[in-house]
Amino acid sequence: MGNFPILTAVTFLPLAGALLIMLVQAATGSNGQDEETRGRQSLLAGLIFSAATFLASLVMLVSFEVDAPGYQLVEQVSWFAGIQYKLGIDGMSLLLILLTTLLTPISLIASFGSVKTRLTEYTIAFLVLETFMIGVFCAMDLVLFYVFFEAGLIPMFIIIGVWGGAERIYASFKFFLYTLLGSLFMLAAIVFMYMQAGTSDIMVLETYAFAPEVQTWLWLAFFASFAVKLPMWPVHTWLPDAHVQAPTAGSVMLAAILLKMGGYGFLRFSLPMFPDASEFFQPMMFALSVIAIVYASLVAFRQTDMKKLIAYSSVAHMGFVTLGIFSFTEVGVQGAIFQMISHGLISGALFLIVGMVYDRVHTREIAAYGGLVNKMPIYAAIFMLFTMANVGLPGTSGFVGEILTMTGAFQASTWAAAGAALGVIFSAVYMLTLYRRTVFGPVTNPALENITDVGKKDLITITPLIIGTILLGITPNLVFDITRESSLRALQMITGG
Amino acid sequence: MLDFQAMISAIGPELLLALAGLAGVLAGAFMGDRFNGLSFKLGAATLLLAALVVIMNWEGGEAFGGLVTTTPFVNFAKCISFVAGAVTLLMAEGFLKRHETIRYEYPLLVIFASLGMGIILSASNLMTLYMGIETLSLSSYVLASFHRDSIRSSEAGLKYFVLGALASGILLYGISLVYGFTGSVDYGDIASSERTIGLVFGMVLMISGMAFKVSAAPMHVWTPDVYEGAPSPVVAFFATAPKMASMVVFANLLFTAFTGVFEDWQMIIAIIATLSMLIGAFGALIQSNLKRLLGYSSIANMGYALVAVAAGAEYGAAALLVFMTSYVIASIGLFGGVLSMRREGGMVESIDELAGLVRRRTGLALALTILVISVSGFPLAVGFIGKLVVFQAGWNAGLLPLLIVLVLSSVLAFGYYLRIILVMWVKEPVERFQPVGSTVALSVYAAAAACLVLFVFAAPFLDWATRASAGFIQ
Repeated sequence: MGNFPILTAVTFLPLAGALLIMLVQAATGSNGQDEETRGRQSLLAGLIFSAATFLASLVMLVSFEVDAPGYQLVEQVSWFAGIQYKLGIDGMSLLLILLTTLLTPISLIASFGSVKTRLTEYTIAFLVLETFMIGVFCAMDLVLFYVFFEAGLIPMFIIIGVWGGAERIYASFKFFLYTLLGSLFMLAAIVFMYMQAGTSDIMVLETYAFAPEVQTWLWLAFFASFAVKLPMWPVHTWLPDAHVQAPTAGSVMLAAILLKMGGYGFLRFSLPMFPDASEFFQPMMFALSVIAIVYASLVAFRQTDMKKLIAYSSVAHMGFVTLGIFSFTEVGVQGAIFQMISHGLISGALFLIVGMVYDRVHTREIAAYGGLVNKMPIYAAIFMLFTMANVGLPGTSGFVGEILTMTGAFQASTWAAAGAALGVIFSAVYMLTLYRRTVFGPVTNPALENITDVGKKDLITITPLIIGTILLGITPNLVFDITRESSLRALQMITGG
Repeated sequence: MLDFQAMISAIGPELLLALAGLAGVLAGAFMGDRFNGLSFKLGAATLLLAALVVIMNWEGGEAFGGLVTTTPFVNFAKCISFVAGAVTLLMAEGFLKRHETIRYEYPLLVIFASLGMGIILSASNLMTLYMGIETLSLSSYVLASFHRDSIRSSEAGLKYFVLGALASGILLYGISLVYGFTGSVDYGDIASSERTIGLVFGMVLMISGMAFKVSAAPMHVWTPDVYEGAPSPVVAFFATAPKMASMVVFANLLFTAFTGVFEDWQMIIAIIATLSMLIGAFGALIQSNLKRLLGYSSIANMGYALVAVAAGAEYGAAALLVFMTSYVIASIGLFGGVLSMRREGGMVESIDELAGLVRRRTGLALALTILVISVSGFPLAVGFIGKLVVFQAGWNAGLLPLLIVLVLSSVLAFGYYLRIILVMWVKEPVERFQPVGSTVALSVYAAAAACLVLFVFAAPFLDWATRASAGFIQ
């Protein structure tokens, strides 16, 4: 590819699409067509752009050299005051970008028919969000990272606030302010690091040795941001609200991509830049992870709202991610990255699955369902697959992530691993209960009498996720080969230094 | 023998404004109402020309035996103030025409106010400073009550006048104490005189007076009322040009005349900054009138700017210029938004009137969203860079408690800025605004575009500010 700035292209292609849609819609005016038709055209255009972004990210995948150490496809332009516009990827960011570019078109497809109002703005918000999410994963400068990290809040805020459920305003504010408060601490830390080290270049900072007492504070500041984003117990309470109120596609992006920024942040910043502090806080992180796994699982079991249940299940599964990361073992970190990818596919699919019945029945109450298998056999089969994947059935990607993070944690702390194993059992309890109550049993709700099985649109959205979940479950090495260098680099300051 | 060339380079812009203002008075006297329409364009052209003269004499100079000294630092502020004055003047025309108060006195008052700004920025002597402040203030009082038939406008003007006169009195009393204890009114002499309790006392009184002019807490009480009551184009002017000028004058005064008592004023400025940030943020949270909200928001923003002042000349000077410039740009756009809110019966000012704006005027809503993002200091627009450099300055100066307040107040600020975005994007649309002319719309779009462009190309902007403040770095 020569010197073609592929990362910039992938990052800003969706934004360019958003601008184009905006301009075309503004230029054509309303010329007779009703708003819904125009909205559908925008959505289609947005879909084309996000699909093109996906293809561009495949080019990125092809030009990526798996065995080469360090960051690749680096682009660099000076921005201001020593801060650079610098992009680069390693295996971990590559996969997360691919996950983003895959799930955005899927979310947009899922929105056909289910979102009816203001589709043009909706499409624009999603495309802008995609740009910022990709930017987060390939920014190689702290300030640039912060800009992308924060900027993503605005489109998500609008997506929840405009197209969300009844309590959407409350949920969007909570989401925004929670995340923002955490991030501002991170900003303070970023400014400090920039002053101290004289650069905000991530590649340089990874090998810069901050004094141990300084590390503690910096680590805590980054922790404030990532713990909210991930989310970890006890700062997870924004997530159920945001998920329940967000439209289906918004939930998918939130669960599949935005939560991963937290895990990504721990691996990219906390471990390599503050190794001493990371080791110091290991017991705390283990404790919080295990609490998150057990507590969130128990809370999930009590939920009456399908989306809320899956939201709490996300909190529990993110607990495995932090558990793996802070085991400081290669297998644990590899497992954590794998778990992030896998959870992106599975939780995305689960939210789509909830969205499918929501579009038909317009309720997410578990009690309103029951006996779906009689009316929607294919739906029941797909739901079954992802229920099992979320529980961690061998053969699905969910299994690999959980077993590896627990293996890693076991090497560091037997108790933590034992506690996390409890979570695996609990996950079976709440997921199977959910499945039983919605899919099995007699049809009691008259609204379900005429419900139709999954349609073409639903199959198109879910098929890539089915393939991904099973493929990664059977041949996890696809991921491990790509992320090995990233995991080793995240750990090098701790184990090797 | 007067060195004419040197004098022009020091007071050229002020000379131009003074002559143009007087010529305008004459023209008005002879032409009467026929001059009304023309005067706005001529006024704006004069201000832009003055900005150009400033740029041409960038390095500055000295005149009248040291009564006036210009440096790149103050020239930067002059330039921005004059341009802001010109833009807000052009935005005012349509509004005043619709209210049938389009009179040539308006641009003349803006020009005289700008003359006052030029004088205070150039001042290197307390007497010059006071003269300039009075020129600026007296013009402002009249502007605030420009709609003399409206009770609200008259009330705003009266409030502003009474409190402003009190502040001027305090300032003057401070000046007299400083003069009494140092024996001089020259900035340089004051700086080199020894620290006495009387000097510090006078300085504190001067700070109080200046705090009123920049509407920093606890001298902020007039701001929300005047913002709400005065005609919107006047507020657009108040919120931009004089804010920039007064804040830079405030900093210049402390950085040059009171550099010897840095420790004394740093603490005071830190307290004022803290109060402003908190009062501004908490006050804005509960407002439903957009102009009032912007009033409180300006108090909070002056608090952020004062953090840069408290950081001292070496760290804070450039940061102050960057922050104030980004604030002024966003404010111009936001007040353009206020001026766009016209309905059948007249102007509306409640935030709820923006409901669903994105459906009715997508472009305007988008531009306002960018401006709100910028003024809140969120990444994506130049306001972020402004806050970042202020933060940096505070950090370098070791003002940690101040920075914590800054961060917390910013979070609070997002609460009310977000509400504006939310109302525009989420609420069910209300009736469409009546058109208000292309100048206002153009200013809003230009301000929004400037916010984005200066964010992406921040380096030249920062360089410019840094070079302008180079004189403060030893």
